[in-house]
Amino acid sequence: MENMLTVSSSPHLSSGATTRKIMLDVIIALVPASVAAVIFFGWKSLMLIAVCIASCTALEYICRKVMKRKNTVGDLSAVVTGLLLALNLPSGLNPLIAVFGCVVAIVVVKQMFGGIGNNFVNPAITARIVLLVSFPVQMTTWEKPFEWLKTADSVTGATPLALMSQGTSTGYMDLFLGNTGGCIGETCALALLLGGIYLVARKVISPIIPLCFIGTVFVLSFLLGGDPLFHILSGGVMLGAIFMATDYTTSPMNPAGKVIFGIGCAVITVLIRFYANLPEGVSFSIILMNILVPHIENLTRTKPFGKEKKNEKA
Amino acid sequence: MGDKLSLPLKPFRSRGGVKAPHRKHTAECESVVMPPPSEVLICMSQHIGVPCKPVVKPGDEVKVGQIVGDNDAFLSVPMHSSVSGRVKKIETVTMPNGSKVQAVRIESDGQMTPFEGIKPPKIETRDDFIKAVRDSGVVGLGGAGFPVHVKIGVERDKVDTLIINAAECEPYITADNREALENSWGVVSGIKAVMELMEIDRAIIGIENNKPNAIKVLNEVCREANRDMHGNVCVLPLKARYPQGAEKVLIKVCTGRVVPEGKLPADVGCVVMNIASIAFVSSYLKTGMPLVTKRITVDGSAVNRPQNVIVPIGTRIKDIIEFCGGYKCRPEKIIFGGPMMGLALPDDEMPLLKQNNAVLAFSEKEAARLEPSDCIRCGRCAAACPMGLTPPLISGLVAKGDAEGLADNGIMVCMECGCCAFACPANRPIVQNMRMGKSIVRSAKKK
Repeated sequence: MENMLTVSSSPHLSSGATTRKIMLDVIIALVPASVAAVIFFGWKSLMLIAVCIASCTALEYICRKVMKRKNTVGDLSAVVTGLLLALNLPSGLNPLIAVFGCVVAIVVVKQMFGGIGNNFVNPAITARIVLLVSFPVQMTTWEKPFEWLKTADSVTGATPLALMSQGTSTGYMDLFLGNTGGCIGETCALALLLGGIYLVARKVISPIIPLCFIGTVFVLSFLLGGDPLFHILSGGVMLGAIFMATDYTTSPMNPAGKVIFGIGCAVITVLIRFYANLPEGVSFSIILMNILVPHIENLTRTKPFGKEKKNEKA
Repeated sequence: MGDKLSLPLKPFRSRGGVKAPHRKHTAECESVVMPPPSEVLICMSQHIGVPCKPVVKPGDEVKVGQIVGDNDAFLSVPMHSSVSGRVKKIETVTMPNGSKVQAVRIESDGQMTPFEGIKPPKIETRDDFIKAVRDSGVVGLGGAGFPVHVKIGVERDKVDTLIINAAECEPYITADNREALENSWGVVSGIKAVMELMEIDRAIIGIENNKPNAIKVLNEVCREANRDMHGNVCVLPLKARYPQGAEKVLIKVCTGRVVPEGKLPADVGCVVMNIASIAFVSSYLKTGMPLVTKRITVDGSAVNRPQNVIVPIGTRIKDIIEFCGGYKCRPEKIIFGGPMMGLALPDDEMPLLKQNNAVLAFSEKEAARLEPSDCIRCGRCAAACPMGLTPPLISGLVAKGDAEGLADNGIMVCMECGCCAFACPANRPIVQNMRMGKSIVRSAKKK
């Protein structure tokens, strides 16, 4: 047996956490929202989810192959991106448009910048924004919940935020349960909160970003004279705060940075909702804050143990 | 140092750390004394500092406790023969860290005859004590191997707190736990001697709370001892979170003091000694027998009878494993020390060193190497770092070779505890990267 021992650097133990297990936890956390999507918006949302997951995974595989890099499909991050993108789409969307979104997310945003861990903006959010700008009509044609049960033709409705700007309010219970128009995965606050609690309990995410994001939206919309409860329950706040703003790669690492990031996302969201022409601002707020992450990280570096405060350079 | 210092009632806060599994299988195994092996190999470098030079030559007769290597340098301690017998050879061995040092191979006669010159040291002054500690050959027995006489040989009045490291935060290892249970009076009399001779005001025994029996026993002896020590010794149970036993972390949790970057514990008034070191000092003062044996934990999935063994220093690993029932299966990895910071050995011919506290042999399954994948910037490494470092930031600076940036971001306070790599879901070689960073800073300083 001599001379055949493995010699490797310490530590010789691992916590057992793997990228794949983390991604699997995110997928599990998105199951309630996905189920809610299918309940409210029918088989078409199921198809969207399937199309997005399949194309993201396939695109990831092809990209790595073309770039002659190690296959990373097994880490399931492409599945998470596909699922998140699908949940950010309206139910009636042409699947080909969804596939285009997947190309933006995986090929342009993720793989062209080096793959997992190297993208500087969130792939799913960016894809959603590209689609929103490229296909403004299709991306804002919302179907009413449960219409798929009643008739073969789709009946369009409006999102609670659009309704509000027309002066119609939506009940809190409908908002909480998701019985409103909107992207298939964003309407059911209950399902998203369940997923969020799961992620925090599994220590996959820290609760700081979601709490700061949702909390600041609540406070700020109240201060600006809006209905705070309505604002946190409507639109993409829950989905964005719990699942998109907490993306590891595009959010700050340490707690102080997370606080700034969460508050920043909320401020931009509320400003867009109250003062811009767009009804919804969650996606834009997150992508803008994504871009600021390197600066936030620079500002909030932790002080190494026993390090003397460095004198300001003259 | 002004007013009398109070003893801590509960630990101060520490940051980071990981919940490493405990795996203290041998905690209840009473230590057994290993019979003399057929030969021992005494390395001339079993401490941090200048290696010794052999003072014996092949063919010489040596006895237990006789000096076989010494050096005049301050940062050095003498080496003693751990068996009686004949010097076979002076040879060069490759240490686990790659350095080459001289070693004395001694064939044992099986008699274990003690050296005639051994007698309890005469101690009248503080300097006598420091010299006696050096003569005893004792180094930090917890793993680092820093010569003890250097730790305590600081200016008078500089140190007000003696911290006894019984945290034993590494998984598997239970040797310190056994020291506390089997030799609690030795521990306390060692504390008493050091406190009196070094004029130290208080002593704190830091021990993780996963050793309730040891805490109980130590509390009992401290209560008795406090009668004539003005109530200035206490046992401080710490949360069982790796790395509570790391020197700087232990000082922080025991006293709330932060050792500044590049400074030593004495700079914040502390001397930290491992529980085995302090117990040894006490026995040396009584008998004069230098450090020739060591209590170690032998464990791991490839060992037949995991247990705590008192082994002559210099015994080859394979003889120790043989004494513990041999290998259960083909060992894939053998490490000196615990799994978090221990060194993997190239073979089982290596002799036991003074500062080793465990020998672990793992089967193929446990030694499996995990493929690294891309960093996902999850931040688990930074959250786990007890020193507040941000490994992904440091990795970037290492890639650029930016010595100034590395120094600014605290690379030199990294103690390679391994929390970062333990927590990493992408199995990144973070500890190696940190070592690279340190060597970049060191070589830039030399220029």
